[in-house]
Amino acid sequence: MSRKVTRRKFLAGTAAGAAAATFNFPMPAIAQAAPFKLGLLTVKTGPLAQGGIQMEQGIVTFLKEKNYTFAGRKVEFFSADTGGSPAGTKTKAQELIERDKVDTIVGPLAAFELLAITDYIAQQKTPLLSLAAAEDMTQRRPNPYFLRASASSAQAMHPMADYAAKEMKLKRIVTISEDFAFGYEQMGGFQQTFEDNGGRIVKKLWPPIVTPDYTPYLAQIADCDGVCQGFAGSNPLRFLKQYAAAGLKFPVVTGETGGDDALLRSFGDEALGMMSCCPYTLDLDNASNKRFVAAMNKDYGVDPGFYCAGLYVNGQVVEAGLEKTGGKSDDKTALMAAMKSVVLTDTPRGAIKFDHLGNVIGDFFIRRVEKAGNKYINKTIKTYHNVSQFWTYDEKKFLQQPVYSRNYPPLKS
Amino acid sequence: MSTRATIALGVALLALVTLPYWLTQIYYVNVASQILFYAIFALGVNLLLGYAGLVSLGHAGLFGIASYATAYLLAAGFGHTLSIVAALIIGLFSTAIFAALSLRTAGIGFIMITLALGEILWGLAYRWISITNGDNGISVHGRPQPFGLSLASANSFYYATLFVFLLCVIVVTIFVRSPFGAALKGTRDQPRRMTALGYHVWMIRFWACMFSGLLTCIAGILFVYYTQFISPQTVALTSSAEVVLMVISGGPATLLGPIVGAGLVVVVKSVVSGFIERWNFLLGAIFVAIVILMPEGLVPGTVRLWKLGWRKTMARRRPAVIAKTGEPAP
Amino acid sequence: MNFWILLTVNSITFGGLLFLLSAGFSLIFGLMRIPNLTHGSLFMLGAYVGATFIIGFIGLKFDFWIAAILAALVVAAFGALCERLLLRRLPGDQLAQVLVTLGISFMVADFCLMVWGGDPISVATPQHLGGFIRYGIAVFPLYRLAIIGIAALVAICLWLLLERTRLGAMIRAGVDDPEMARVVGIRVSQLFTIVFALGSALAAFAGIIGGPILSVYPGLDQDMLPLALVVVILGGTGSLLGSFVGSLIVGFLYNFGQALLPELAYFILFLPMLLVLVVRPQGLFGRQLQ
Repeated sequence: MSRKVTRRKFLAGTAAGAAAATFNFPMPAIAQAAPFKLGLLTVKTGPLAQGGIQMEQGIVTFLKEKNYTFAGRKVEFFSADTGGSPAGTKTKAQELIERDKVDTIVGPLAAFELLAITDYIAQQKTPLLSLAAAEDMTQRRPNPYFLRASASSAQAMHPMADYAAKEMKLKRIVTISEDFAFGYEQMGGFQQTFEDNGGRIVKKLWPPIVTPDYTPYLAQIADCDGVCQGFAGSNPLRFLKQYAAAGLKFPVVTGETGGDDALLRSFGDEALGMMSCCPYTLDLDNASNKRFVAAMNKDYGVDPGFYCAGLYVNGQVVEAGLEKTGGKSDDKTALMAAMKSVVLTDTPRGAIKFDHLGNVIGDFFIRRVEKAGNKYINKTIKTYHNVSQFWTYDEKKFLQQPVYSRNYPPLKS
Repeated sequence: MSTRATIALGVALLALVTLPYWLTQIYYVNVASQILFYAIFALGVNLLLGYAGLVSLGHAGLFGIASYATAYLLAAGFGHTLSIVAALIIGLFSTAIFAALSLRTAGIGFIMITLALGEILWGLAYRWISITNGDNGISVHGRPQPFGLSLASANSFYYATLFVFLLCVIVVTIFVRSPFGAALKGTRDQPRRMTALGYHVWMIRFWACMFSGLLTCIAGILFVYYTQFISPQTVALTSSAEVVLMVISGGPATLLGPIVGAGLVVVVKSVVSGFIERWNFLLGAIFVAIVILMPEGLVPGTVRLWKLGWRKTMARRRPAVIAKTGEPAP
Repeated sequence: MNFWILLTVNSITFGGLLFLLSAGFSLIFGLMRIPNLTHGSLFMLGAYVGATFIIGFIGLKFDFWIAAILAALVVAAFGALCERLLLRRLPGDQLAQVLVTLGISFMVADFCLMVWGGDPISVATPQHLGGFIRYGIAVFPLYRLAIIGIAALVAICLWLLLERTRLGAMIRAGVDDPEMARVVGIRVSQLFTIVFALGSALAAFAGIIGGPILSVYPGLDQDMLPLALVVVILGGTGSLLGSFVGSLIVGFLYNFGQALLPELAYFILFLPMLLVLVVRPQGLFGRQLQ
């Protein structure tokens, strides 16, 4: 039973990490500054745990690689489990900031968790690097202490739509995604770019997050030449199985959660041919990605996905920011400014920098699910370089339109 | 009240009032505030669950209505006083509808109707986006300043919550010991006999529901000011189940039980979870252990063990007449 | 046309799956008066255990159907153990039963997360059932049709068990009047264990049968428990016919409701349940309970 082994390895891995954190440091010759305290907000229990556990693996992998040292300072790592609830996230953020006195927080996972603590983070002036994709966090209601090195909800969908219209030559697409903000924002971004390129969204379907059986929605997919799905968590797996079982054969396109590399180990033949756009791709050929993937394979026995890579990159940003301040972290505003001005060339997702609102500008990869031996892989087909959250749109005009929602952009009749 | 009980009460009060001085970490003061407003919530649920024998799996819905109403009105630009009062009125009005629908049955029927109502309210919170902002939730900026006292700091918010908490405990105590409280327990144990005696069982249950709803709404308002954020997760079935677990594990139909239960659940969820990764398993195991070792709940169970121990050490040979907790005939 | 046929077939399929899940819940509730809130967890546990047997476990790989039966047996043993060790101590104490069943469901959910990790596990459709049946323009996945057959088969077996065997007669007597059953010499306590194990086995079986459609993931328990509750409330507790009809109603409501009234997706199950409860609290086929 491979999964059990994986889990044990994971536990062993964390234990080793903790041990390294506590004991394995060469005693410094000169008196060293107090350790830099890094907090992680993640979900380790309950239904959202899948992504949350991967987040922890990602950051721990980076810390181990750096031997728990950033810019000459020892790093003390605090991990907190929010349980996937907003109230729990607030409590855990307080635990990290007020009790453990962390200098920087990475996480949390879900948009509602982030929104529950955004005001608090700004009050406490604690830099926060999250994967949570809520658009307005770096658009219409930016938080000066928030940095996103992954992607806003629609950031990957803009290039996906561009590719679907221009290269896949799709004309009429049905979108289907969970009935919540992340789904609306993804599909809204897809619709805008797809229709700007001459395509047409013919129907938008919004099943509730908890939908054991998608058939009622699948039955409505018709009169189109493609499907765009924006599912997250374990839902993409279930959706694709039922999609194939219903005999549907339209090409499927998706974003970073729907085509995550970490899902490949669960997928079957039904996923073959699915196109996805993601800010991370497993097969990126650069030094840091090779190191990262090798370490993940060794410690956890799995190929990393978007959540792992996102936290690894967050770790790199924190380290680079701390190097810029010369290892000083007392002035949180200065630390934040330093992290925001970080330009990295070698991360597992390629080169990145940040815009003035704190969102990443970086590479986005179009991939296709293929079979290699008895393994499924996402084969990178095209790379869009230096993609910003505004795509090719003018920032001002973009910010004047409402945030993508269930009814924006409206369906053309 | 016996001298011992008075002393215990005094010590407890003193401990609560001086808490920010001996719990110097702000974080723990915040945890204490959470315990207090969850205790108010649990006291409200206990009125139905413990004293009326009606298990509600929909109270998080009422809790959420008050929270959402406060957050929505504040976001719409109304003042704190108006928002709080309006939230209480909206909450009570909803409770009345809630009660009218669910009190058609008792027992398992009541559980199921309240569950359905709770799920419907959860669905509303999710999908009535124009009001609730969907799963992105509503943020609340700032806390009220009663009599010019700012509640922004952890300590001042703790004292405000403590004040409301003590008020609620006093009112609940008076309520439970009143003839109405006795009648309520009557409807739990002998509904038919109560009807025969001329009591309007439905009406008694209805007013108990309303009182329970009031406490729930108060807790909901404190919650939204504490977290300064509300989203549909707060209204979900798990929240309703959690508060029911607080009451049952602490000891239903006691005053102290729900408070202890709230403390247990909040401490495991917020504090212990920082040290033990498998805290969900631990919480489940604690519940199972309580059922095995103290099926009547932590508080009555401890009292029983204490008395047992006391009797053994005193080695008095009294006839074993354990006075069942007062059940004054109406 | 295709749309309607597809939805109808699928409603029956989903109803069949729900019947497998809820028949045990209904029996347990009817006989033992226990609101078994672990039922969703038993479903999930069955799915995980079954998936493990299929994927391979210490070098042993099993056929889908054998794995399903093995999973049902394992979970039945677990259910029997819970009943013997815990629920047995709490006759008639509904509050304690709620506490202990929820407590167990917490533990099972966290246990599954610990053992199988958070990744969703895909259960392959049994090979000979992977195809489709075409009828005119309509396409039916073979496996979904098979679920209808399995549910019907289980329903008939259960009916025969309840109506035609001594054990069934004892169970029915227990449901109707447990005290009287005890008086006439039925060992109600042993009966409880058997019924609880049977209910657990059915839930676990449903879990693995549903696997190829639902896959297995953390949170599956919380997704399924409310559905089982709705079925039992609609159909009435302790009635096999009730859970059968209730499952079909929920299957149709769910499929047609979500397809035709997507705006009401969140209320489609609970509004009818509320109406039934307000008008006829004992459910469509249930006996008056207090």
